[in-house]
Amino acid sequence: MKRNGHSSNGGDVLKLTKADFSSDQETRWCPGCGDYAVLAAVQSFMPELGIPPDRIVFVTGIGCAGRFVYYMDTYGMHGIHGRAPALATGVASSRPDLSVWVVTGDGDALSIGGNHLIHALRRNVQLKILLFNNQIYGLTKGQYSPTSEEGKVTKSTPFGSQDHPFNPVSLALGAEATFVARTVDTDKPHMAETLRAAAAHDGAAFVEIYQNCNVFNDGAFDALRAKGQKELNQIRLEHGRAIRFGADGERGVARGPDGRLRLVDVADVGKDALLVHDAHRQEPSLAFELAHLSARPTGPTPIGVFRSVSRPVYGQELAVELEEARSKVGPEELEKVLHAGETWTVS
Amino acid sequence: MFDHSGTEARLGAASPVMEEKTVEKLDRVVVRFAGDSGDGMQLTGSRFTDATAVVGNDLATLPDFPAEIRAPAGTPHGVSAFQIHFASRDILTPGDSPNVLVAMNPAALITQVGSLDKGGTVIVNEDGFTDHNLRKAGYTTNPLEDGSLDDYQVFRVPMTSMTVRATEHIEGISSKDAARCKNLFALGLVSWMYGRPTEPSVHWIERKFADKPQLRDANLAAFRAGYNFGETAELLAVHYEVEPAPAPPGTYRNINGTQALACGLIAASVQSGLQLFYASYPITPASELLHALSRYRRLGVRTVQGEDEIAAANMSLGASFAGHLGVTATSGPGMDLKAETIGLAVALELPLVVIDVQRAGPSTGMPTKTEAADLLMALYGRHGESPLPVVAPRTPADCFDMAIEAARIAITHRTPVILLSDTFLANSSEPWRLPDVSSLPTIDPNFATDPSGFFPYARDEHLARPWAVPGTPGLRHRIGGLEKEDVTGNISYDPANHDHMTRLRAERVERVAVPDIEVDDPDGDASLLVVGWGSSYGAIQGAARRVRRERGVKVATAHIRHLYPLPGNTGEVLRSYERVLVPEMNLGQLVKVLRAEFLVDLESYTKIDGLPILTRDMMEQILTRVSSSNGGGR
Repeated sequence: MKRNGHSSNGGDVLKLTKADFSSDQETRWCPGCGDYAVLAAVQSFMPELGIPPDRIVFVTGIGCAGRFVYYMDTYGMHGIHGRAPALATGVASSRPDLSVWVVTGDGDALSIGGNHLIHALRRNVQLKILLFNNQIYGLTKGQYSPTSEEGKVTKSTPFGSQDHPFNPVSLALGAEATFVARTVDTDKPHMAETLRAAAAHDGAAFVEIYQNCNVFNDGAFDALRAKGQKELNQIRLEHGRAIRFGADGERGVARGPDGRLRLVDVADVGKDALLVHDAHRQEPSLAFELAHLSARPTGPTPIGVFRSVSRPVYGQELAVELEEARSKVGPEELEKVLHAGETWTVS
Repeated sequence: MFDHSGTEARLGAASPVMEEKTVEKLDRVVVRFAGDSGDGMQLTGSRFTDATAVVGNDLATLPDFPAEIRAPAGTPHGVSAFQIHFASRDILTPGDSPNVLVAMNPAALITQVGSLDKGGTVIVNEDGFTDHNLRKAGYTTNPLEDGSLDDYQVFRVPMTSMTVRATEHIEGISSKDAARCKNLFALGLVSWMYGRPTEPSVHWIERKFADKPQLRDANLAAFRAGYNFGETAELLAVHYEVEPAPAPPGTYRNINGTQALACGLIAASVQSGLQLFYASYPITPASELLHALSRYRRLGVRTVQGEDEIAAANMSLGASFAGHLGVTATSGPGMDLKAETIGLAVALELPLVVIDVQRAGPSTGMPTKTEAADLLMALYGRHGESPLPVVAPRTPADCFDMAIEAARIAITHRTPVILLSDTFLANSSEPWRLPDVSSLPTIDPNFATDPSGFFPYARDEHLARPWAVPGTPGLRHRIGGLEKEDVTGNISYDPANHDHMTRLRAERVERVAVPDIEVDDPDGDASLLVVGWGSSYGAIQGAARRVRRERGVKVATAHIRHLYPLPGNTGEVLRSYERVLVPEMNLGQLVKVLRAEFLVDLESYTKIDGLPILTRDMMEQILTRVSSSNGGGR
């Protein structure tokens, strides 16, 4: 088996288009759902990988995001609620020749399947995990999710939710993820850029996608999606560059005298005082600080790659070794296994 | 020969002069070694087992250890025991009650002596019977002195002090280390009593402690001291001989159910050409299988310790999708957790072997005790109509054959298969005649490769769908837990399609070919049939043989290894006998299934005490139903 390099194939370039990744199944999300934008972005991006669709596997769980698998003309597996990272671990760790993608939602990945998500990340399985975060349960028609804000009024919380929400980026960092990024459903160029970085990463790549549910939680990410607001609030993280944002880059992130990160006017502090982003720093404290720069995605919020570091990938080299070992095993080796230990003969 | 002169006074033996000892022939013996869980009783038992196998006796063993790793020393909770039954003829169980109990401390005595036959032999480590230990065991007076053991033949042997003295000449051995070798003294003594050869144990000690010469010498000294003590001390006047049992020609090894399952799964991997992908989560007693398989990386075996039971099942199912032989194993509570994933495997129609090493429930229950109460869960324990094949091995060695059978069915029929083992089978051991590797069945994964006319839910002659592995050019497809349209596999909520697919999935499993039940009815005219499943095989067969031999009773037996689908002749067999008895280690699960399936009147015998069904229990059950006077004929 050939190891999967997520790069184009040198001289012998595959001529693939978006159509090669679009299945014949009719998409059935609600009209206006953010999932359409993500699907289109992913289908458009896939040809860039230069990997034939026969060697790509999508694995999903339950929820609106779970349907994603049926619309990709690749191999696909639609599992049970929350377990996609475990199913995908079985595929990716045993088949290094495949490119394996997990598509999940905030309920699927962070509530019922939280355990599998954190363990896939800490193991650094060769998976690209796209978490569609809409801060609500859509498929079950509108209950609060583990990313819904405190006080959220839904069908299951008529008096307001009392649960403190997860910050998915912070959770992934806490689980020792080697690649953690965030993007926005309707921002096609930024999404393509983020997917490119995730695909190029060796190991588990976690991408949170702010995704609007226009039926049950419309406008949750307007600060980062809506014209007129997103220009002010998207803090784009770029490795090695000073963190600036605002329509003309007039604002930025700097470390204050108390050691904490704060949002500043560049004019006040001078551009040399701005924090320079370092996604490759092994220890995750800077990434954590950036993840907690905003409590909720309702004001200035970082997007882009928070962390991208290198660590051995789970089980892939072993898979190659094992396959080679297995291919050499025949009746003689089996005979040895059966005859292990003390034996005696009756004649 | 080791000098025992220091011990004679306490034993009341006047002189160390060796007299000719009497040899008594026995056709079978049951010995139970019992001590604190730190005393090394499992090791003593397994060494004695190897020496016994070498003699050519038939044998069966049963370890019995506490759930606590190190319960407080000296307490009844911390008692660890190992029972071995060996005989000059074919035997099937580790024996109902021991003839000989070796008790290393009062706790071992108080917990085990009740199972000993009256008149049986008790060998105690006298040094273990201190006031402190007696109190911890719950004795108010010393049983060695208060007459409470008058029904037994008691031998008091100061094993600890004799072991310490035997190792005095070894430099650098602390008296604490020396005392820890007392289990080897016990092994030596019992080896002498039953004429076991010393070479296997000596070689084992030499190998085991090759890097630690002091410990090697101390253990050898303790073993020899025990052996020589038996030979020279007048305490034991008789030793025994158990002649070899006649056995079919071949090469044998001793094997327990866990090792046999591991060998069977490896064989299935070799015979199918598929890499074995085994994922599980630590749980007693199934963890042993994870440990066993984890050693076989050189054969291409992949083992994964998942983050939980659900993950383990999903990883294995993912690996199956990717073209491997996916296997997951657990015990009772883990099965509850895996249920949803097994249902997914039913819908995906992918091979998956699920092994349940049953233990006493409900809930955490008694993790180290045996039970066979997961049958109904295996058959029906998923939501919706989700049938799947279920098989159950009947002896430790049969675990090898049934592991291959489970993999064969899973791969050929593209279905999850549940294999029901239990704690007793997992831990119990017996001699296994090694199969000729060339006689093992080959399993054809029959991967789909041809894109022309490919549909993910098309069917072959078994009604099995194509196994199209990712990476195969032109066979891209999506599968999932949602109901699928027949043939195309597209999502479908069409009422007629769901009805059709539900019946198709059921028929697919019903079509799995399984061998007929074989009835053992020597004269062909018994009126009572005993039908068992799982590990009760040994007790049922053993009891049937004994009542036939000793009482002239006619009784027929049959054992069901395929629980679903049931063998084609099941109904016919059940209807051919006046009375049918179904013994089970649950409250009557198979009997419920058989009554429902075949509308026959069946009698149920149930036992659910965490221990295997005993031969004695089965004899009694048979004898109350068939009197010997009429021979039990029809």
